[in-house]
Amino acid sequence: MATMTFSIDAGEIRGQFPFFQPHPEMRSVIYLDNAATTQKPYAVIEAVSNFWAYHNANVHRGGHGAGAKASELYEAARERVAKFLNAREPAEIVFTRGTTEAINLVASSWGEAFIQPGDEIIVTEMEHHANLLPWMRLAEKKNAKLVVWRITEDGRLNLDDLRTLLTERTRLVAVAHISNVLGTINPVAEICRLAHAAGALCLVDAAQSVAHMPVDVQAIDCDFLMFSGHKAYGPTGIGALYAKRALLETMPPYQMGGGMVQTVSWERVVLAPPPAKFEAGTPPIGEAIGLHAALDFIDSIGRDAIEAYEHELTQYALERLQEVPGLRLYGPVPDRAGIFAFTLEDIHPHDIATVLDTRDIAIRSGLHCAHPLGERLGGSTARASLAVYNDTAHIDALIEGLHQVRKVFGYAG
Amino acid sequence: MLDELYQDIILDHYRHPRGRGELEPPKITQEGFNPSCGDEVILDLRVQDGRIQEVRFHGRGCSISQASASMLTEAVKGKTLAEARALIQQVLALVKGEAEGDIVTLGDIVALAGVRNFPVRVKCATLAWHTLEEALKQAETAPTTV
Repeated sequence: MATMTFSIDAGEIRGQFPFFQPHPEMRSVIYLDNAATTQKPYAVIEAVSNFWAYHNANVHRGGHGAGAKASELYEAARERVAKFLNAREPAEIVFTRGTTEAINLVASSWGEAFIQPGDEIIVTEMEHHANLLPWMRLAEKKNAKLVVWRITEDGRLNLDDLRTLLTERTRLVAVAHISNVLGTINPVAEICRLAHAAGALCLVDAAQSVAHMPVDVQAIDCDFLMFSGHKAYGPTGIGALYAKRALLETMPPYQMGGGMVQTVSWERVVLAPPPAKFEAGTPPIGEAIGLHAALDFIDSIGRDAIEAYEHELTQYALERLQEVPGLRLYGPVPDRAGIFAFTLEDIHPHDIATVLDTRDIAIRSGLHCAHPLGERLGGSTARASLAVYNDTAHIDALIEGLHQVRKVFGYAG
Repeated sequence: MLDELYQDIILDHYRHPRGRGELEPPKITQEGFNPSCGDEVILDLRVQDGRIQEVRFHGRGCSISQASASMLTEAVKGKTLAEARALIQQVLALVKGEAEGDIVTLGDIVALAGVRNFPVRVKCATLAWHTLEEALKQAETAPTTV
């Protein structure tokens, strides 16, 4: 394994990130909490900063040049997202605060309008709260039924199980593209095909996938798909919802306010066409422009290359994690994303994270905003998660750190 | 710094918790959670004549949160509500690095002082004590027995 040659030079990529440069007052960190949020390249920080510094104006409003320029940059970001996801047109992209707001938008707008008492919504057992709680609330409000698609022992979804769960009352299947705990890469195109065959729609939470593999909404044929900018090297406070144009046309607005109407009188409100219909109020303009730069960054490396590199790194990590006595890894092997939830002996994950933190290794511990899945796994886990700037040295440091964790808690090397 | 956080006494309380279990009614039960890390401490108290006669805890969480709860059950048994409240304040000050005066009287609890260098772990150490604070409020309004 030591002689592996990698397709990407992670050191060169880290050079594009201020977070990884030496700093007189900060210790350098081995950052393995990328499923929570990724670091930001200079290009993103500069794009955001340049906007606030030189182009700041509101969009779609002013009768002045700066406003026109801001609108142009904002709409260019939408076109960039559309191209990134291979949407048919930019109008299929609605900017949101992130994945969570995008799912809430669908649950509130589409759900309120189209879910009837007795209808069924299928969610998987591995969903993040963002793709669970909006559906729980909708089901409760509408007297609809929330149906749970259980995972297999090794943390995968079995399509045969879905076949038995789909009924004529199923309206939606909501599924993560990649599990934020198990690293499972779900066969979302197959899931969408089965949902459609049963007359249901399919929603894909792509928060953990867009920065790590190609995502093509037409190939997947999903009805809704969303992601967050900040997990894809972009700013917080920005994300995107993709929805098929025909759906966006029939869905009622999510919030009411400025920018989402054509005309308003006391007698009549004429809504703007999508996507403006779903973007009431001043949007996160600088953040959208930052997202544009983040997607440019990703595609400058290439998503095929990123996927191949992170796959190699994942295989290396799987091999090395096995060397640690008492370590239990969750999720499927070997085909999975670079997200590793694990436990070590009887040592609580929070304690694992603390010991690693003293060695400047950043991982996450806890239930990862997926409490029902956590229950199934038996409680908290520690989680290390990769991005394109990580390399084998980071994995080696993690493994060494885990050996020290064992020592601190009285386990023999 | 790690040695100070994970002292033997903490690991001993974690692996061999004192006062772990539940009380038969009548009792006061108070749950405490740290939603971000999944720590959970549930305290059972029997309060009679303004005094904590019995205390047990159960739940799950990291070594710090569970050791702290274990120490709590040893420390507050037999104390009046007022004494328990004073102890809570002492412990909270200790783990935030603000302790004044004689801390030796705190016994094993002194070991919790190691968390003061780990800001993200302070809430683990304080969970049981904040839970006790809530339990004492219950005790005032609804004593366990008459």
